[in-house]
Amino acid sequence: MKLWTAFWNILRKDMRTYYLKPPNISWGLIFPLAWTGMFFVRSGSGLESIPVLLPGVVAVSVLFGTTSMLAVAITFEKKNRSFERLLLAPVPLELLMLAKTTGAILFGVANAFVPVIMALFLADLSELAWGAFVPAVFLIAVASTFLGLFIAVAVSEVFEAQTFSNFLRFPMIFLCGLFFPIARLPVFLRPLSYALPLTYGADVLHGAVHGGHSMPFALDFAVLGVFCVGLFAASLANIKRKWIA
Amino acid sequence: MTDAVVVRNLSKAFEDVQAVAGISFTVHRGELFGFLGPNGAGKTTTINLLTGLARPDTGSIRMGGIDCTDRPRAAQHLVGVVPDESNLYPELTGFENLCFCAALYGLPKAERRKRARELLETFALAAASDRKFASYSKGMKRKLTIAAGIIHRPDILFLDEPTTGIDVASARQLRQLVAELHDRGTTIFLTTHYIEEAERLCDRVAFIVSGRIVRIDTVEHLVQPVQEKHAVRISFATTPGDLQDGLSESFPTLGFTFAANDVLRVESDRPVRVGPLIRFLEEHGAEVSEARRMRPSLEDIFVEITGIEADAMRGEKEKKGGGR
Ligand SMILES: Nc1ncnc2c1ncn2[C@@H]1O[C@H](COP(=O)(O)OP(=O)(O)OP(=O)(O)O)[C@@H](O)[C@H]1O
Ligand SMILES: [Mg+2]
Repeated sequence: MKLWTAFWNILRKDMRTYYLKPPNISWGLIFPLAWTGMFFVRSGSGLESIPVLLPGVVAVSVLFGTTSMLAVAITFEKKNRSFERLLLAPVPLELLMLAKTTGAILFGVANAFVPVIMALFLADLSELAWGAFVPAVFLIAVASTFLGLFIAVAVSEVFEAQTFSNFLRFPMIFLCGLFFPIARLPVFLRPLSYALPLTYGADVLHGAVHGGHSMPFALDFAVLGVFCVGLFAASLANIKRKWIA
Repeated sequence: MTDAVVVRNLSKAFEDVQAVAGISFTVHRGELFGFLGPNGAGKTTTINLLTGLARPDTGSIRMGGIDCTDRPRAAQHLVGVVPDESNLYPELTGFENLCFCAALYGLPKAERRKRARELLETFALAAASDRKFASYSKGMKRKLTIAAGIIHRPDILFLDEPTTGIDVASARQLRQLVAELHDRGTTIFLTTHYIEEAERLCDRVAFIVSGRIVRIDTVEHLVQPVQEKHAVRISFATTPGDLQDGLSESFPTLGFTFAANDVLRVESDRPVRVGPLIRFLEEHGAEVSEARRMRPSLEDIFVEITGIEADAMRGEKEKKGGGR
């Protein structure tokens, strides 16, 4: 009960001070819109291509939403030392970091549904397999949040966190089969694709939206799950090693 | 009854600095223990080691009977920490900050709000309770940081230089609050570089210099050797001629040193009778403007033991802290 009080209040404070701030909300809306628009213009296609583009736009919204929030919610607080307050609290480190990341995960999931809701008005999504789509969005949000956590723990300045995550995010968008199939990538890049969590999330999203996936859903979910656990564990180990040094 | 803090042979190095070099001490339950030392002595590092923000290289730590050596965060429910810099959330109000800190310790909502109001009242911050922390003045920030450190009524409170950088009136008020907490039974570990502060507040004091404890004792014991000495300070209106030899001849039981050209320090093992002394001086052409009995202090002992001039220590700090 005591731990729950701490967990809930950390989450609530982050939501109030970071996630529900008007600039962040509008960013969460504008970003997916811009991406969608850009791909329409580029592909020169009509509304019938929405299902093909939707997985990419959803995944990118989640990825950017989560990773950029963590740079603030963690790196910034580490920098101005308020994070020490959390480290001094009688809350297990695991729970503490879950509290700090849950906000970003929820923010990521909310971001994902901005393009989905837009697409609902513009295209026929009756074929969409929600049972795979929703858990995939959730797991992508978790995996990219923990990736953001991993980065936030590895650096000490907010701008470093942003640079570092851009360094990872942009290649990831093109390597994960979101906008072009991995099969069309040069052979030497393909192993890299399979080393990225988003590849597996993208595969489920494609499968759920228009049936075109290359791996069984069970495998995709399992690999995503392993990435989530691995990234979280690695971040915790880093926190213990670097912040309680 | 277990001791509140038991530290044995604790050390911690950063790259090329030995911040803490094998210190051992015990803080008894309910005690107000002072850690007195100059800049960079290792005071903050010691607090970080004790509160689970840093891992020791060697040594052991027990707090409230819990062995924290391998699990640095094991005793955090017992501990409150007031860091040397305010680290509350700038974008939350004073009230929200306190409620948040209380929630970290699992206090239920009604109690959080009650405690927060109470403390804002105690620290004379009630009028500012709905203002953002970022807009607080330095002294207000300090006070709220202390309130946040005690909101969960910790058994052991760590105060890192609570009065540095705030004005005299606020510093006095804070000292009073610390004394009250102490009276109510909270064990307090206080670091400071103000010798008078340690002397006034602390039951026992450790002198720490370059990561080593050079002396630990009760304030009474520490000042005892100087207490038994009697000192008088004589100031002259004009610089007198050379009197040293004449004085030593006429008053063989007294020790004389010129602290400056126009200040004479007289020391003795017995009370100094100033009458004959002043008469002698005036007869020899000196014009005495003031004769004052010196109260021996912890400062004398600190200077004697550490070789560090207390004024130098304070001066350096004032530049950093912006005065008291
Ligand atoms: N994180 C760190 N990395 C490297 N060196 C450090 C670190 N923390 C402290 N030190 C060094 O350890 C020594 C002790 O520092 P500490 O902050 O404990 O001193 P202090 O007694 O609190 O001084 P002050 O009165 O200035 O607060 C200093 O030489 C400092 O430079
Ligand atoms: Mg310090």
